[in-house]
Amino acid sequence: MELLIQLAIILAKVIGLTFLVVLPLVPISVYFERRFSAIIQDRVGPNRVGIPLTLLGMKKDFHFFGLVQPMADGLKLFLKEDFTPVHVRKAFYWLAPALTVIPSLVTVCVVPFGSPIEINGREIELVIANLDVGPLFVFAVSSLAVYGITLAGWSSNSKYPFVGGVRSTAQMVSYEIALGLSIIPVLLYYGDLNLSNIVQRQADHGWLLLPFWGHDAENPFSHKLLFLIPALIAFLIFTISIFAETNRMPFDLPECETELVGGYHTEYSSMKFAMFFMGEYAAMVIGSALIVTLFLGGWSVGFGADAWISGLAIGSFKFGGLVHLGVFLAKLVAFILFFILVRWTVPRFRYDQLMRLGWVIFFEAALINVFLAALIVAAPQFTAAITITGGIVLLAVTGALIWVLRVSEPKSLPNQGLLGPN
Amino acid sequence: MPVIKVKRPPLATGEKFYLGAVFKGFFITLRHAIDSMRGKTRGSADLASSGLGATMQFPEQRWDDHMPEYYRGAPALVTDEQGRERCVSCQLCEFICPPKAIKIEPGEIPSDDPWAKVEKRPKEFDIDMTRCIYCGMCEEVCPEQAIYLRKDYLITGGSRAEMIHDKKKLYEIGGVRVGLVNKWNELK
Repeated sequence: MELLIQLAIILAKVIGLTFLVVLPLVPISVYFERRFSAIIQDRVGPNRVGIPLTLLGMKKDFHFFGLVQPMADGLKLFLKEDFTPVHVRKAFYWLAPALTVIPSLVTVCVVPFGSPIEINGREIELVIANLDVGPLFVFAVSSLAVYGITLAGWSSNSKYPFVGGVRSTAQMVSYEIALGLSIIPVLLYYGDLNLSNIVQRQADHGWLLLPFWGHDAENPFSHKLLFLIPALIAFLIFTISIFAETNRMPFDLPECETELVGGYHTEYSSMKFAMFFMGEYAAMVIGSALIVTLFLGGWSVGFGADAWISGLAIGSFKFGGLVHLGVFLAKLVAFILFFILVRWTVPRFRYDQLMRLGWVIFFEAALINVFLAALIVAAPQFTAAITITGGIVLLAVTGALIWVLRVSEPKSLPNQGLLGPN
Repeated sequence: MPVIKVKRPPLATGEKFYLGAVFKGFFITLRHAIDSMRGKTRGSADLASSGLGATMQFPEQRWDDHMPEYYRGAPALVTDEQGRERCVSCQLCEFICPPKAIKIEPGEIPSDDPWAKVEKRPKEFDIDMTRCIYCGMCEEVCPEQAIYLRKDYLITGGSRAEMIHDKKKLYEIGGVRVGLVNKWNELK
């Protein structure tokens, strides 16, 4: 009996959190993408599709700001002809869309959506799998999505998708390193890889980027403030790498419409295309969930209000976790809006610029940031002399690195005007 | 030498970081977003916007009042002040029409008709509105000033057949035009 209840809870969490929380966020972010980009460009965006009450004999239609538009889009994609060109490699062509969606949805399982809720004394954590290797699991699984894109590019057996697939692979390889390295300072600081514990600690002692409450002897304010420097660098690198990882503007080279028609999904139609689309947006949702979890306090409200919220109860039902779930989703949507703002602000990188940014700048910056963070974390345990020596060594290494970068930069040719190579 | 040597401006250290420009861009896009939400997009007053961005929202708002004098809408046939069809079915418009949208079947005016001296008028005059490109060449070429582009712009139909404007429909759109050429009018 106990086992059955456990199973039922797990099933409810899987279905509830994946299909009722994360998947609906995909159409919502598509809607936001369209409306937000519209108002940025002084347009209106989809504001018509609603519930056609006039068909039922009512006076006015119910538009509701066009919120039903994503559903109409989904329905349209369902009804479109699912066309498989003859020249494709069928097995991989069919496999590729699934391979892009599934990794993004699987990573949902380690994201803590809220603090535990309690029903009749039974504590239910609002995370599907409370793994002790959270971020590593996310990286391991989410980078599998590149297989989908690469396979789609290759199996389409056509030029533009192929170029898109190759670009995607190169991009993923060069940003994965920066992504992994940039997060190490954060993990050093928390000393923990369990995302639930990380968020709990942020709720108690201040978010990583907003550490203004919960000071005690173990977590002095000055130390937290000092750690803001590596945390901000890590945040910057991590966020930009997530942009590259999710193939969002300004790094949407695998599918840039202006160069590659549709990139890797040029040959796809109907629901197969919709799956790529969904995978892309699901990756965006997961990416922002990860950023919110690691840097911006996850489900925590902050300012010491979390303990009180966790204690909220009706009878034996402690529903504080649901409030936290709402807070988490609000932060998530806010970050998705930031994603969209970036997309409609920053122009696309050129391919060599992208590679250079990944390999030459972010890789080194993340590496130095790891040592900087280590120095700050370890400082209380060492004497001042050792810390200062470490700092000097780090400075010297950084200076040397910058010098090497400047020397190794290709000498710009004398200006030959339009005749010269640009 | 016709080659102009363009020197790229050297970037300052701050500019090389690129982030400053990105944040400036955020401010620009956000300002546009906020302005368009408040209905204060630049030029929204001139464009009679609906209050969101610079857009006039179609079924509720029409641009009829804002239509310029030179607007070219649906082509139509006109009659003169005495109710005579101006068209003499010379078929010049049919020949000039670039997409071949016009089809005319000429007909003779019977000798007992008061306008018998005009000799010809169209028996059938069809304009296929799925083909028409609103170029206005028919209007320009017409020696009788019988065909005009009116300002009708909502040309819709449920089928291809509905999109073909026949003679009756064309006169309905065109109406009467007075004070044009009146070589057939003896009273003037």
